[in-house]
Amino acid sequence: MAALDKETTDKIDVAYVARLARLYLADTEVQTFQGQLDHIVGYMKKIDELDLSNVEPTSHAVTLQNVFREDVVKPGLAVEQVMANAPAQVSDQFQVPKIIE
Amino acid sequence: MSLSIANMTICEAIALLEGKQCTSVELVSVLLNEIRRIDGTLGAYLSVDENDAVSQAMAADKARSEGRKGRLLGIPLAVKDVLNVRGQPCTCASKILQGYIAPYDATAVAMLRREGAVLVGRTNMDEFAMGSSTENSGFKITKNPRNIAYVPGGSSGGSAAAVAGGEAIAALGTDTGGSIRQPAAFCGCVGLKPTYGRISRYGLTAFASSLDQIGPITKNVKDAAVLLGVMAGRDEMDSTSVDVPVPDYLTSLSGDLKGMKLGLPKEYFVKGMDPEVEAAVRTAVEVCGGLGAEVVEVSLPHTDYAISTYYIIATAEASANLARFDGVRYGFRAAGAEDPIDMYGKTRAAGFGAEVKRRIILGTYVLSSGYYDAYYLSAQKVRTLIKRDFENVFMQCDALLTPVSPTVPYKIGETSSDPLRMYLGDIFTVTANLAGICGLSVPCGMSSQGLPIGLQVLGPAFREENILRAGHAYESARGLIRYGE
Repeated sequence: MAALDKETTDKIDVAYVARLARLYLADTEVQTFQGQLDHIVGYMKKIDELDLSNVEPTSHAVTLQNVFREDVVKPGLAVEQVMANAPAQVSDQFQVPKIIE
Repeated sequence: MSLSIANMTICEAIALLEGKQCTSVELVSVLLNEIRRIDGTLGAYLSVDENDAVSQAMAADKARSEGRKGRLLGIPLAVKDVLNVRGQPCTCASKILQGYIAPYDATAVAMLRREGAVLVGRTNMDEFAMGSSTENSGFKITKNPRNIAYVPGGSSGGSAAAVAGGEAIAALGTDTGGSIRQPAAFCGCVGLKPTYGRISRYGLTAFASSLDQIGPITKNVKDAAVLLGVMAGRDEMDSTSVDVPVPDYLTSLSGDLKGMKLGLPKEYFVKGMDPEVEAAVRTAVEVCGGLGAEVVEVSLPHTDYAISTYYIIATAEASANLARFDGVRYGFRAAGAEDPIDMYGKTRAAGFGAEVKRRIILGTYVLSSGYYDAYYLSAQKVRTLIKRDFENVFMQCDALLTPVSPTVPYKIGETSSDPLRMYLGDIFTVTANLAGICGLSVPCGMSSQGLPIGLQVLGPAFREENILRAGHAYESARGLIRYGE
């Protein structure tokens, strides 16, 4: 299982991953994080020692399935309560920089 | 009479209020004075709304005079700044949430209010609960009240420092990998991480949704039992809260351990841990034996893999949860962006601190195409093994006794440049979150320098009564610890 990409998993491309996360980093941050994260990822590989071929994954400690509530309309937050925290707004809508020319 | 908050417990405050020896307004006024006097040094609070606290206290006094009841009527409490308290800031100690005002109460907060509690202030923490020292706050450093050159632990360091430092009667924290238990141990107070699903997480700003739990930080075990009893239960607003009956936790505090079987996991007493921590915990184990418990050695064989597993799962979930902080709907937005993508990147660059950025990158990496199976899926499988370890030992015993942390508190600034070293300090606490079980931290001594040491009591899922009983009996037999001497 963990055999995949063995040689490429050794180094994390910090600048690329930060772009995926929509997070701008300064060059100095990329450098600092590179060393720290390589160190951490190297440590995380410890789990490769285990044979996990017949083990089911656990996504939650408590197994719950199909938790439903009654299908009835309930009041939520009022528009003005939600908009009160908006950094920029126009007519009860969130304002953002232009997306399409 | 002269009121002192410093060593006051919830139960003592209730007795004073019920005996009409003081009012809630008097209690809150003394507390606000203490915050003004001490907090400039300790830095435990991020925001305190004095007028709001006093008006809540007046309402509580009025309710009492009208004969209304409430398990916490008039009791002032502090809340970690990661929980929404209606009308108050909730920053998660992050600049990205600067200016955000909570439009609603977290369910746990609402349940405290329903019983009459007075919510006085919101406490400092590691940004988005990511850290073990409260040095990662975006706003300020909190000091350990037992010695201000040292960290209070984290991430609920503000709550623990406020309680131990005499500027709160009790407080709420949250625990994703030890963030209640470890600061409680570092500051010399009691911290309870309930079972996953025991308390609703609605209104708790999510860090790692499958690991986060809310819990109390208090001056003794009985107070922790009181607050758990108020907050526990199923909530429609959190589909992961579980419908298990809530027992009367106070009746489990028998004061003895007769008939109880306590396990000592051998993997939690290892080379490399501070010998003073080991000695204090071993002494506590002997005390428990003297109270009638049968102590047996047990094994949790996958303990060594817990830190890797935890930091893969927690960062993966964090990277997804923190995607919502993009500057669109609330909080901080960076100026001068050319388009929305540019706005996200600039906002997150300026809004998040270094540890949060590291964890977002790590979490995005372990979830990214090509690496998902090797890291995230494998970690979920190891989580199964860790959970199974606990299921096995809890067939042999009622609770486990371990250290909370392998070290005593360290000096401010000592580990902040070495994140992996800080992560490794979480080895004895992350396992309870991965397995979803409950854990309690109780002071059990101090180092030669007078710094607190904590005993951890771990219990099976939804058996908080086991660990409260063990912690309470031990605490009663232990006697007073005079820190710094």
